[in-house]
Amino acid sequence: MKKVIGMKRNDGRKPEDFRELEIEAGVLENATGSARVRMGRTIAVAGVYGPREMFPRRLQNPEKATLQLRYTMAPFSTDERVRPGLSRRGKEISMVSGKAVEAAIFLDDFPKASIDVFVDIIQADAGTRTAAINAAAVALADAGVPMRDMVSSVAVGKIDGTYVVDLAGKEEDASACDLPIAYMPNQDKITLLQMDGDISKEDLKKMLELAKDAARKIHKVQVEALKKRWLK
Amino acid sequence: MKVQDEFVRKLASQDKRADGRKMDEMRKVTVDTKPIEKAEGCALVTIGKTKVIAGVKLGVGEPFSDRPDEGVLMSNAEFSPIASPELEPGPPSIESVELARVVDRGIRESGAIDVKKLCIKKGEKVWMVYVDVNILDDFGNLQDAAALAASAALDTAVFPKLDKENNVDLYAPKTKNKLPVKFRPVSCSFHKVGDKLLLDPTKDEEKAASARLTIATRDDGNLCAIQKGGDVGFTADEINKAAEISVKVGKEMRKLLK
Repeated sequence: MKKVIGMKRNDGRKPEDFRELEIEAGVLENATGSARVRMGRTIAVAGVYGPREMFPRRLQNPEKATLQLRYTMAPFSTDERVRPGLSRRGKEISMVSGKAVEAAIFLDDFPKASIDVFVDIIQADAGTRTAAINAAAVALADAGVPMRDMVSSVAVGKIDGTYVVDLAGKEEDASACDLPIAYMPNQDKITLLQMDGDISKEDLKKMLELAKDAARKIHKVQVEALKKRWLK
Repeated sequence: MKVQDEFVRKLASQDKRADGRKMDEMRKVTVDTKPIEKAEGCALVTIGKTKVIAGVKLGVGEPFSDRPDEGVLMSNAEFSPIASPELEPGPPSIESVELARVVDRGIRESGAIDVKKLCIKKGEKVWMVYVDVNILDDFGNLQDAAALAASAALDTAVFPKLDKENNVDLYAPKTKNKLPVKFRPVSCSFHKVGDKLLLDPTKDEEKAASARLTIATRDDGNLCAIQKGGDVGFTADEINKAAEISVKVGKEMRKLLK
C-alpha cells in the first residue's frame, strides 16, 4: 500500500502534522475528573476516581498511592466487533499507559490511596494508546491530582522513507514502524516508549525529536482544554 | 444512606420528588444518533445526567441449526467502572447481565428486527447483529437509557458491504441499506418507594426503593417485555397503571428517534 506519496498524506496532512485534535475536560459528572479526546477519528473518554481508599486493603502501599489505569475498547469502536472484556492487548496497554501518566503524579502525597483511571475507547482509528494517555492526563489534572507535569502522547512512523507523525487508520499498516511516545514537556522526560518495526539508530534519533515537537504542541491543546474548564 | 432513603420516602409519601418532578415525569431525554462513524449504527442517550452509548456492529456468521434462515441478534451491556464510584472492574456483574437481557428481550420479543431478512444464504450464512451498550455516567435508570439507546442505534444502522464470498468487506464504505427495523421498543422503569411508583428514578430514589418494574412498549402501543425486581410485590392495579404510563411516555420518547 503506497498511498502516502512525497509530502502529501491521505488526509492532506503534512508529515509533521498530527490529526485534528479536540480535547474537552469535565465531560462526566460521577468521575472526580474526566476528559474526552478526539484525534482524527479516534475517540477516547477518560474518567478518574480518587485519590480514594484502596481496596482490597492488602494491596495498599503504605508509602505512596497506587495508580491503576484500565484501558478498554467499546465493542463497536472498530471495523470488526471487539469482544468485550480485558484482552491481553488491553492489559498491556493499561499497564504501559498507567506507567506513562504515573511518572507525572506526586504519589507520595497519598499513601495507601488508589487513583483509578478508566479509559474507554469509543472509536478506534489507530493511535488509541496515545489518545488514551492524552485523555488520562487531562482527566487527572481535571480531578485536581497534584502533578509535576502534563503528559502528552503521540506516535511517529516511517512511510516510504518519510517520517510521519500521528499515524491514522491505514497509515499504520503502511508504516515501516510504529513508535508511540508519552512525554512530559516541562521535565523533558519520555515516560512511554514502544516501537515495532525496522529502523536505524539515526531514524530513532530523528523520530524522537519529531515526536517531542508534536507532543509539545499537543500539550498546548491539553492546557487550553483545562483552562476552558476551570478559568471562567 | 439511611437518612437519604428516609428523605426520599417522606417526599414520595407527599407525592413529591427531590428534583421537583411529578411521579410519572421523565427527566430531560436527549438522543444523538451519529456520535461515531465506525459502528453500523450508534446512539448517545442522556436521561438527566445519566449517559449511555450504544453501538450496532454487523458481522456474518452461521445461523442456529434450528433456525437456518434467520439472522442472529445479540445484546450486551458493559457497566464500565468509569460510570460510577461504586462500580469495580471485573467480569460482568449480575446487574449488567440483567440489564442487557431486558434490553435484549425488548428487541427480540417485540419482533423489532425482521430476522428473516437477515438471511444471506440459508443454513450457511446470516447476518449477526450485535448491540453493545456502554454506560458512561450512572445517575439512575440505566435500564431505560440503555433500551432507548439500543433502539436508536438499531434504527439508524446500515448494512456494510459484502465481498464476493459473502463476507463483510471491511475496506469498502457501508451501504445505504437500512436494517429491517419493524418496531422501536422503548422501556419505562418504575421504582416503588413506600407505596408510590416513581417513573425514571434517580440514583437516590433507586436506593430508597423496595421494588422495581420495567415495561417495554412497541410503536403500536403493545407491551413487549416486562421485568420485576426487588424485595416486595406489586398489586395488579399498580402494574396496570404502570403499563398505561409506559405506553404514553414510550410514545413521547419514540418521537426523539428519527
